[in-house]
Amino acid sequence: MAITMTQAAADRVNTFLAHRGAGIGLRLGVKTTGCSGMSYVLEFVDEINADDEVFENHGIKVIVDKKSLVYIDGTELDFAKEGLNEGFKFNNPNEKDQCGCGESFTV
Amino acid sequence: MALLHIAEPGQSSAPHQHKLAAGIDLGTTNSLVATVRSGQVETLPDEADRHLLPSVVYYGKTAVLVGNPALEYSLTDPHNTVVSVKRMMGRGLADMQNNQQFHSYRFAQNDSAVPRIITQAGEVSAIEVSAQILATLKQRAVATLGGELDGVVITVPAYFDDAQRQATKDAAKLAGLNVLRLLNEPTAAAVAYGLDAGNDGVIAVYDLGGGTFDISILRLNKGVFEVLATGGDSALGGDDFDQAIGNWILAEAGLDKLATHAANPVLIRSVLQHARRAKESLAQQPQTDINIEIEGLHWQGCLTRERMQALILPLVKNTLLACRRVMRDAKITNDDINEVIMVGGSTRTLLVREKVGEFFACEPLTSIDPDRVVATGAALQADVLVGNKPDDSLLLLDVIPLSLGIETMGGLAEKIIHRNTVIPVAKAQDFTTYKDGQTAMAIHVVQGERELVDDCRSLARFELRGIPPQVAGAARIRVTFQVDADGLLIVSAKERNSGVEASVDVKPSYGLTDNEIETMLKASMDYARDDMLQRSLREQQVDARRTLEALDAALAKDGDELLSAAEKDSIMQARQYLLDNIDNNDAESIKAAIKQLESDCEAYVARRMNSNIRHVMQGHSINEYSENKE
Repeated sequence: MAITMTQAAADRVNTFLAHRGAGIGLRLGVKTTGCSGMSYVLEFVDEINADDEVFENHGIKVIVDKKSLVYIDGTELDFAKEGLNEGFKFNNPNEKDQCGCGESFTV
Repeated sequence: MALLHIAEPGQSSAPHQHKLAAGIDLGTTNSLVATVRSGQVETLPDEADRHLLPSVVYYGKTAVLVGNPALEYSLTDPHNTVVSVKRMMGRGLADMQNNQQFHSYRFAQNDSAVPRIITQAGEVSAIEVSAQILATLKQRAVATLGGELDGVVITVPAYFDDAQRQATKDAAKLAGLNVLRLLNEPTAAAVAYGLDAGNDGVIAVYDLGGGTFDISILRLNKGVFEVLATGGDSALGGDDFDQAIGNWILAEAGLDKLATHAANPVLIRSVLQHARRAKESLAQQPQTDINIEIEGLHWQGCLTRERMQALILPLVKNTLLACRRVMRDAKITNDDINEVIMVGGSTRTLLVREKVGEFFACEPLTSIDPDRVVATGAALQADVLVGNKPDDSLLLLDVIPLSLGIETMGGLAEKIIHRNTVIPVAKAQDFTTYKDGQTAMAIHVVQGERELVDDCRSLARFELRGIPPQVAGAARIRVTFQVDADGLLIVSAKERNSGVEASVDVKPSYGLTDNEIETMLKASMDYARDDMLQRSLREQQVDARRTLEALDAALAKDGDELLSAAEKDSIMQARQYLLDNIDNNDAESIKAAIKQLESDCEAYVARRMNSNIRHVMQGHSINEYSENKE
């Protein structure tokens, strides 16, 4: 079981964490809401919970709760630029389908 | 798939509920849009990576251009290119025509209160031009954030009055933006520097933009900003530096000042553009070459930093005078100020930094790009207001720049909300009727520090009708003034016995002259004594008229019945004396005449009272009264 991230994503996360001035790492997860079943969670982490798994990637701690891990195992987090827009992207092998806007997905 | 951003712990939003918000600095010379992404605030660039959008709109035959492409036309086609539109917001036609800086425009001659500039694409108002700029920024934000904006915070100078704030809101509406609130520029700057998370203290914000100068004194108390006082000059900025340098260029070239070239807008703009470039390069270098080649002016020369500093020193000194005034207003001295923030592109001028540092005896904060600091603060505030940071209670308090009140009898301004009151605020005051049987009351809302309505700015008028007829002074009319967080005013009036009410959203009259608030404040000081005398004179005149009216009503009713011919004669003489004195401008003599009339009427008043009581008791027995008493 593993979660990885690209160098571009790691660089961005590092910048954001440094700017925030606090936080242990980055939380990846899923929420069971959204028009197509699930949606991704991407948050700063201030404390690690008992049921969290911690992965280390390019020196950054990626924290995922066990329940979410089932849905996003093998995911690679990327940072992408599309025109003026830019942001993080979940490359999730478990993903079967997305809603039109891509904000939620099913496995 | 959609691109995601990192949220605060526990603040991940459900899909389709991302709240997109942006802060917009709608500036005189340049405008900016900024937003918070992954906890970091940044100004948004366009495709060519330019953050600043020149606040210039070109009205072409087939297309409207905004920003850099429009800038090119400001030289070649000044009639159809609108620059510095912020200076026209909320202004009247007369104001614009008498102002040299608007000389390159042609205005439509009509009765509309909102002046319209004639362009080849039709007539446009300042609001429409501003809306074009806002729409361009909106487009940029939507493209960058990948979705529609839920709300924006737009900054305005602390000095903007109600008309100018309303005009800004109207422009945003026209651009299809939801304004979460208007934020004073200096307050936004303090937020940008994160001073809200710092130690309590007093902060001065020195904001010298292209067209306006604002100095604000803020107090930070337990994470809450309070604006202690604001001041400045709504017609002083970097543009004036350019004018001073431009006039020097013309003098060196053997030509008359800029003001005399109104018929040649191309020359004016070209000289100003060279002046601006020279000013900007002198922030880096000790001297710069200027080379102008246009029709009617071929000149080249060298401008040194010393020479430029001498040219602009009087303007910088003017800003420091305003600083001194506002510190007096806030009742503080240099020693009380913990931080000075520099805002606005013109604070890059070395002389400005130097003089401001000297004046406040502390090193000014300049680490955030002075052009972007306001938009940065606005974005942070927008992020909070749109609900992305529910736990963060960043509460910003602003003040009312000029007192608000209503006109009372005699043309006096009764202040209901005083200057420098923290907003949002609601205040009420009771008023009553002046005449017997009065069923309506005209309410005239005014803004200003002077005692007479004529010297204040008129904001709105409305009428409260349907007051039940009663004797003068019996009606209880409560007038409530409510100012929301944007500084916009709602006035309502309610007669408390009958419950009739009327209200007005102050739809500020754009057509009124934009009397500079500074001038108005100064006048209130200069004319303080005159105003006091005027007020007491008007009060006596109102009192005299009321006395005369009551007397005439009484005489008509029972004068002949209760008074002998001699008595009546003496009263009529005193009445005439008062009538003769009422219009001579001496409060004391009117007061004396009223007193004289009252003393001559004493016996008459006593007799009327007795006769009234007799009249009421006629046909009743004493027993009835004693029973009632029990």
